[in-house]
Amino acid sequence: MSAAPGAKTFVIDGVDASATPGQTILSAAREHNIFIPTLCHLEGLGDVGACRLCLVEVKGARRLLPACTTRVDEGMEVTTNSPRLADYRQMTMQLLFAERNHVCSVCVANNHCEMQSMATTLGMTHVEVPYRFPALTVDASHERFTLDHNRCILCTRCVRVCSEIEGAHTWDVMGRGIQSKVITDLDQPWGTSETCTSCGKCVQVCPTGALFQKNRTGERRGKDPSFLPYLRTMREEL
Amino acid sequence: MMSHEELEQTTAKVQQEQRAAGDRINVCVAAGCLSLHSDAVQKSLTDEAKKSGARCSVRGVGCMGLCSAGPVVSHEPAQAVAAEDKTTAQPTRLYGGVQPGHAAKIVASLNQEPVRELAIDTAMPFFAKQTKIVLENSGSINPESIEEYIAAGGYRALLRALHEMTPAEVVQEISASGLRGRGGAGYPTGLKWATVARAAGATKYVICNADEGDPGAFMDRSVLESDPHRVLEGMILAAYAVGASQGYIYLRAEYPLAVQRLGVAIREAKRMGLLGAEIAGTRMSLHLEIRLGAGAFVCGEETALIASIEGRRGTPQPRPPYPAESGLWNSPTLINNVETYANVSPILARGSAWYAAQGTAKSKGTKVFALSGKARNTGLIEVPMGMTLREIIFDIGGGVPAGHTFKAVQTGGPSGGCIPESLLDIPVDYDSLMQAGSIMGSGGMIVMDDSSCMVSVARFFMEFCMSESCGKCVPCRAGTAQMHGLLTRITEGVATHRDLDLLVRLCEMVGATSLCGLGQTAPNPVLSTLRYFKNEYLAHIEDKHCPAGVCECATTPAEVNA
Amino acid sequence: MVNMARPSLPSEDKRWRIVQGTMRKHGYSRNALIETLHTVQQSFGFLDKDAIRFVASSLRVPPSQAYGVATFYHLFQLRPPGKHTCQVCLGTACFINGAERLMKHAEKSLGIQAGETTPDGEVSLLAVRCVGSCSFAPVMIFDEKTHSYAKSETLDEQLQAWRQP
Repeated sequence: MSAAPGAKTFVIDGVDASATPGQTILSAAREHNIFIPTLCHLEGLGDVGACRLCLVEVKGARRLLPACTTRVDEGMEVTTNSPRLADYRQMTMQLLFAERNHVCSVCVANNHCEMQSMATTLGMTHVEVPYRFPALTVDASHERFTLDHNRCILCTRCVRVCSEIEGAHTWDVMGRGIQSKVITDLDQPWGTSETCTSCGKCVQVCPTGALFQKNRTGERRGKDPSFLPYLRTMREEL
Repeated sequence: MMSHEELEQTTAKVQQEQRAAGDRINVCVAAGCLSLHSDAVQKSLTDEAKKSGARCSVRGVGCMGLCSAGPVVSHEPAQAVAAEDKTTAQPTRLYGGVQPGHAAKIVASLNQEPVRELAIDTAMPFFAKQTKIVLENSGSINPESIEEYIAAGGYRALLRALHEMTPAEVVQEISASGLRGRGGAGYPTGLKWATVARAAGATKYVICNADEGDPGAFMDRSVLESDPHRVLEGMILAAYAVGASQGYIYLRAEYPLAVQRLGVAIREAKRMGLLGAEIAGTRMSLHLEIRLGAGAFVCGEETALIASIEGRRGTPQPRPPYPAESGLWNSPTLINNVETYANVSPILARGSAWYAAQGTAKSKGTKVFALSGKARNTGLIEVPMGMTLREIIFDIGGGVPAGHTFKAVQTGGPSGGCIPESLLDIPVDYDSLMQAGSIMGSGGMIVMDDSSCMVSVARFFMEFCMSESCGKCVPCRAGTAQMHGLLTRITEGVATHRDLDLLVRLCEMVGATSLCGLGQTAPNPVLSTLRYFKNEYLAHIEDKHCPAGVCECATTPAEVNA
Repeated sequence: MVNMARPSLPSEDKRWRIVQGTMRKHGYSRNALIETLHTVQQSFGFLDKDAIRFVASSLRVPPSQAYGVATFYHLFQLRPPGKHTCQVCLGTACFINGAERLMKHAEKSLGIQAGETTPDGEVSLLAVRCVGSCSFAPVMIFDEKTHSYAKSETLDEQLQAWRQP
C-alpha cells in the first residue's frame, strides 16, 4: 500500500502509522484500531476537546494533548495509554459521576449508556470524590422527549447536533462553571420552544440518560447516532 | 497629517502655556484616591487658587503610586515646570492624606515652606528604589490631554518608525529588547509579533487585553487611567509591525473611568491624525474600537477573549491553532496586555539596547506591581526585574505593620502562589518566581502577615477559580468545585488525611488535564501553600485548630489545649 | 414558528431606541450581541427575557445562544436591581483584611445571599472582585459611594440611613 500524497507518518504506541494531511490523532488511531476513550467526541460533529478523556502523551510536547483536536504532524510520537493517563481518565470519570446524580440502577439509560460503559472500560470501580447531590430538575414538557439534568454531563453533543446538523440551534449552555446547564431557547420548558423541530437528533446523540424518548423501555431504549456521518457528508456535498 | 515639526510645535506650545501658568498643583484622581474623594480635594484647591489669585494651576492627574497615603497631591514649583534639567530644579513636593480643608494651607505655601504636617518624604525608599518606564508619565500629565502626552515626548517613536523603519525592523527592535508578555505568562513579545507578521492573511487584528481580572491587581487600570496614549501608541506600533489595520481594546466594564479616558484618547488621536486612516500621512491605517468585558476572568485567556469580542460565551478553544495564525474571525491576531504595549514606545524611542540593559538575563526591563495587603506602604510601584522580594516588601513597602510578623507574599493571583520568608531573597523575574512555585502574573503582590491563614487563602483562590471556570472542560468545572469542597472541609476542621491526599491528587490531575490556563494553574495556590505551610493544613486536620485564628474550626483552641 | 423579519420595538419606551442605536451602529451584526446587552442593562438596569428575545431576533442570534451569553457574564443581571446596591469587594487585599466576615454580616443583616435583592426591593447585595482600592481594604460600595476601611458598623449605619424616610 503506497502512502497518499502528503501523508504524514508517525508513531503511535510504538507502531509506525500514517495519517492524511489534517487528520486528527483520534481519527488516525481509530483507523489503526487503537482505542482512545472519548465522551464529547462524536463522528460527524465538530470537536470541542471538553471531556479530556482523549488526552494523549506526545513526545516533546509540554502538555498532554487532546487526540480529538490535535492534528498529526510528521514524525510525531504518540502514547495513548500509560499509568498516568489511566489514572487521570479514571479521575475524570469519577468527577463526572460525582458532579450530578448518576445512579445507574434507576436510570432509563442503564445498560445503554456510554458513560456507564466508559467507566467499566476504564476500570473505574468506585468514586472517591464526594458526591455533590445538586438539586436538579426534569423537563418532561415536550410531547415526545424528556430532559433530565441529573444525568447530563455537559458534553454539548445536543447543542452541536442541533446547531451544526439540524440548523435550529434550539440548545445551548447557560450559566458557567459548575452552575452550567443545557437549555432550550430562553431556558424555557422544552415543549414551549419555538425553534425546536422535534427531529430528535439531540436524543439520539446524547451519551447518557439526560435526553430520552418517552414510552421507550427495555431494549428499545438504545440510541443510534449513526445517521450523523451520512448527514454531514450529504450537507457538505450540497 | 501630523509631522515631526507639528509634534515639536505642540510641545513648545504646551511648555509655554505651562510656564505661563506658574506653579502646578496636581491632584490624583485615579481610582484609589478618587475612592477617598480626591475630586472634592481638587475642587476646593481650584476654588482656593482662584480666590487667592496665586499664579498656579490645579490639575487632575493619574496615579502617583503611594495609594496608602491618599488622597495624594503634588506641588511642582514654577521653576521646576520650566526647567530643562529636572534634576537640578527645585524638587516637587508631595502631600498625603489631603482633605478639602487643607486647600488654603497648600495654596498659601506656594512660595513658602512646604506644609509640614502633610508632607511625604520623596527621598524615602518607596520612591528612590523605583525605576519608572511604564509609569513615567503617571501622575505628572493630564491623561485627557494628548498635547501633554506629546509634550512629554509622546508619539515621536511612532512617527520615526512609520517614516524611517520597516515593519520588520520594528519587530526586530522589540525582539532585541527582550520584552516578554506582561499579562503573566512571559512569552517573548518579539516572537509573538514575528509570528503574526509572518502569518498569511489579508486581514490581521491587534487586540489589547485590558480585562484585568486578577482580584488583587489594578496596574492596567491605573495605566489606562493615567496615561492612555502610551498604550495607544504601543498598539499602533504593533499594528504597523504585524500589518494590522483593525484593533480592539477589550476592557473591563467595571472600569468606567478607564473606558471614558481611553475613549477621549482615541478621539484625540484621531483628531491629530495619529489614528484612523493614513496615519501621519503614510499608507498605514488603524481603526481602534473599545469592547467591554462583562465580568469573566476566563476572558483573559486569548481564545476566550476572542470568543467574547465575537459576541459569544467566553469559553476557550484548544490550541493550536494559535491566535497568531487563526484568531479573531479566523484571521491572524496579535494579543498583548496593557503593560506590554505600554513598554513599546519607550523601547523604540530609546533603543532596544537601553531596554535590554535593565533587568536580568532572561527578564528585561521593569515590572509594575500593585503592592497591597499587610505592608506599611501600599500602592502602585514599578521596579527593575531582578530586584529581590525582600527589597520590594521591606524597603519599598516598609515591611509589615508593627506587632506583626511577615508570613508570605502572594504573586500571580489565582494562578500564582504564596512565597515564604525563607525565599524572599530570590530575584523577581519570570523564571525565579516559577521555580518558587508561583508566577509573575499580571502584577498583583499581596503581603500577608501572621494574621492570615494560608489554608483559608488557598480556599479563597479556589473559590475564585470555581466561580470563574467557564464550565467547558470536566477537570476545571468539576475539579475546582471538588477541591473547593475539600478545602472548605479543612478550614472547618472536619477533614481527614484522606481528604488531603485526595486534594493533592486532584491538584495534579486538574493541572495536567484542564483545557486552558485557568484550570491548569488553579491548583497553584494550594500546591504552594502545601509546599511551604503544610503545618497549617495539618493543624486544621489533626488539631482542629486554625493557627492564625481565622477559620471557625469545629473546636476552639481552648478545647484543643484542654 | 419563529418570525424572521426584524422585530418591532417591544414597547413605546424610548429606551428601546437607544438599544436599537447600538445595533444599528454595529450594522445589526451578530457579534454586537454583548455590546447590545450592555446597552440594555445600562438603559433598563437589567436584562429580562423580553429584552433578550428582542435583541436576539434583531441580531438573528438563536435565542438559546443569546441567553447563554447573557448568563455567562456575571456583570449582566437578569433580575431588576434593588433601589440601593451594597457591594462588598472580595478582592485578595480585602479578603485578607476580613471582607469575608463583612459579607457574612451583610448577608445576615439583609437576610439574603450575595447576588440577591431583598424581597421589598430595597437593597441588592453584590460581591465584586477588586475595585483598585486595595490600599484602603476592606472596601464597600454603597450605591456609587466607596467606603474605605469598612467595618460591620459601616454597613449597619448605611442600612439605617437607607431605611430613614
